[in-house]
Amino acid sequence: MTFVDFIVTNAPALLVAIPLFAAFTIPAVGKISAAARNLWVMGTMLLTAAVAFILAFRVFSTGTVIYVFGAAAANLAVPLDSGGIPIRIIFTVDAMSAFMDVICAIVGTSVLLYSLSSESRNTNLEGYYALYLLMITGVFGMVSTGDFFNFFVFLEILSLASAGIIAYRIDGGLAVEAALKYFILSTLGAILVLFAIGIYYGQYDALNIAMIAQRMQFSMLDKIALVFLVAALAMKCGAVPMHFWTPDAYSMAPSSATAFLVVASQASLYGLFRVVFTMYNMTMNCATVGWIIIILGVLSMVIGVTMAIPQKDIKRLMAYHAVSQTGYMLLGVGVGLAVLGNTTLTSAYGFMAMEGGIFHIFNHAMYKGLLFLTAGAIFYRIGTRDLNKMGGLGHTMKYTMIFFIIGALAIAGIPPFNGFASKLMIYESVYLFNPIFAIIAMVVSILTLASFVKVFHSVFMGPQLPEYADVKEAPLPMLIGMGILAAIVILFGLFPQPVVDMLVAPAANALANQGGYIASVLGGA
Amino acid sequence: MLWNLPFITVVVLTFIGIVTVLMKKNIIKILLGINILESAVNLFLVSLGYREGGVAPIFTLAPSELMVLPTPQALTLTSIVIGVATSALVLSFAMVLKKKYGTVDINEIRRLQG
Repeated sequence: MTFVDFIVTNAPALLVAIPLFAAFTIPAVGKISAAARNLWVMGTMLLTAAVAFILAFRVFSTGTVIYVFGAAAANLAVPLDSGGIPIRIIFTVDAMSAFMDVICAIVGTSVLLYSLSSESRNTNLEGYYALYLLMITGVFGMVSTGDFFNFFVFLEILSLASAGIIAYRIDGGLAVEAALKYFILSTLGAILVLFAIGIYYGQYDALNIAMIAQRMQFSMLDKIALVFLVAALAMKCGAVPMHFWTPDAYSMAPSSATAFLVVASQASLYGLFRVVFTMYNMTMNCATVGWIIIILGVLSMVIGVTMAIPQKDIKRLMAYHAVSQTGYMLLGVGVGLAVLGNTTLTSAYGFMAMEGGIFHIFNHAMYKGLLFLTAGAIFYRIGTRDLNKMGGLGHTMKYTMIFFIIGALAIAGIPPFNGFASKLMIYESVYLFNPIFAIIAMVVSILTLASFVKVFHSVFMGPQLPEYADVKEAPLPMLIGMGILAAIVILFGLFPQPVVDMLVAPAANALANQGGYIASVLGGA
Repeated sequence: MLWNLPFITVVVLTFIGIVTVLMKKNIIKILLGINILESAVNLFLVSLGYREGGVAPIFTLAPSELMVLPTPQALTLTSIVIGVATSALVLSFAMVLKKKYGTVDINEIRRLQG
């Protein structure tokens, strides 16, 4: 077996193993020199991203890839002597998982490139990079696993690493306060998830997601488990009634880490969709749960944007916009869920709404990552996040300004940027479902634009301020990191259709098609 | 009734844990509340796998009798390890906050607003 074959065969395991191994060897490599450490971290990230792309290519070209740990063959999910029960830990990478893997690989690489120079003035970078790689491990694990207890373990790895990285620059205690808030909520959420796992295990004797889905009865206990999971995962992705940690955590984390926290939240969003679509699907009352998700989404959109408008801190403002944009994804996918049982409505608009919501996950990761990186570049150069103290930076930070404009227009849904492509799909399909929600979504977009015009004006416009006269453009690695994301924002905005056909439609299909997921693991149909 | 005793204990522990987390203002006490909740989940998992009269699930030289389920015990072990990491992180946060703010009362740890 050649090296390439080895990588291709074991890609799902390597996706988690490589960053995990590198994270714990960083302190040793860091003893050699700072350059060796940077090379080690960057090499790890590029290798992981390459593995993710290889895996995604395989999934999109040949269908779901499963990987069983410790089995005779990687795809032998059900051992011959086990009586039809998948007993081993399994990774099930279907199109939706591969879609999330691609997002994590792209954002992870650009953010790491950016942080090589944005963090270079700080001390104790070994710990920072170790936590960063653990976050990568957590996200890849959460989106790839096919075992529900494994999902909980990766959720906890991600929470612990995120809390550590939020608190990393203690900042007079403020960062620790934000991290504490985030972490207590995360832990309570994780306990709810573990309760739900216990409920499933008690009823179905299985931890495998496909097995649970196949045996799902939707008894009273399953309803309780569903409530636990929806509450915990909606909290982790920052939907409105439980969004309080988001602005604190996003604004106090180091800027580079904030951009990746967006992806971390979306991994929880993925978990939410996986639970409602793959585990429950048609056994539950899709309309009711769909409406709950839609209402969460609409509340997030409206409350997020109205809270964003009065903010003075640039990262806090962007964090509230992140809450608001999460609402769009919940709205789109919620509409898809609400009409799931009805074939006519699904083909009329339900599937398109799901595509719009899922496409928005990708686009949001790109433009929101880009915006947080530009905010970080500004903070790196002038040392404040207060909008009232900024001004006239357009004279000196020209490239940062251009990247900010690209990100701001994309988040407001202005063509030809990628935010427009996914929002248009959401508007069109949601209008057919219920016109009021489409109108609310458009109004929220307009308010988003208004808010970003204000930020743009107060940061970049106006005369050059004397205290910022010698401010320079952000360093090159930071510009490259932002440039990658900006290029994707423009590219996906100009050519949305190929992306929808190649990536988004298979992902939406994988979510909606519960039977396909079960069959790919357990065999048969 | 006696058979359900572990599950009744789980409910009682969960209730105590939730009340502690919601009502107490001291970070250390909130952490203790979280630990009680974790114990409740662990007890829940272990009770699920218990079979009356079963032996420990070790196959070597085992008498061919009923065994308790090994999987929930493995889950509980993992969950305990995660719980230790959680406690360590929250305690270190409490230490830093005590140093910087001079208090571990969450009513006074409110400098992030808006």
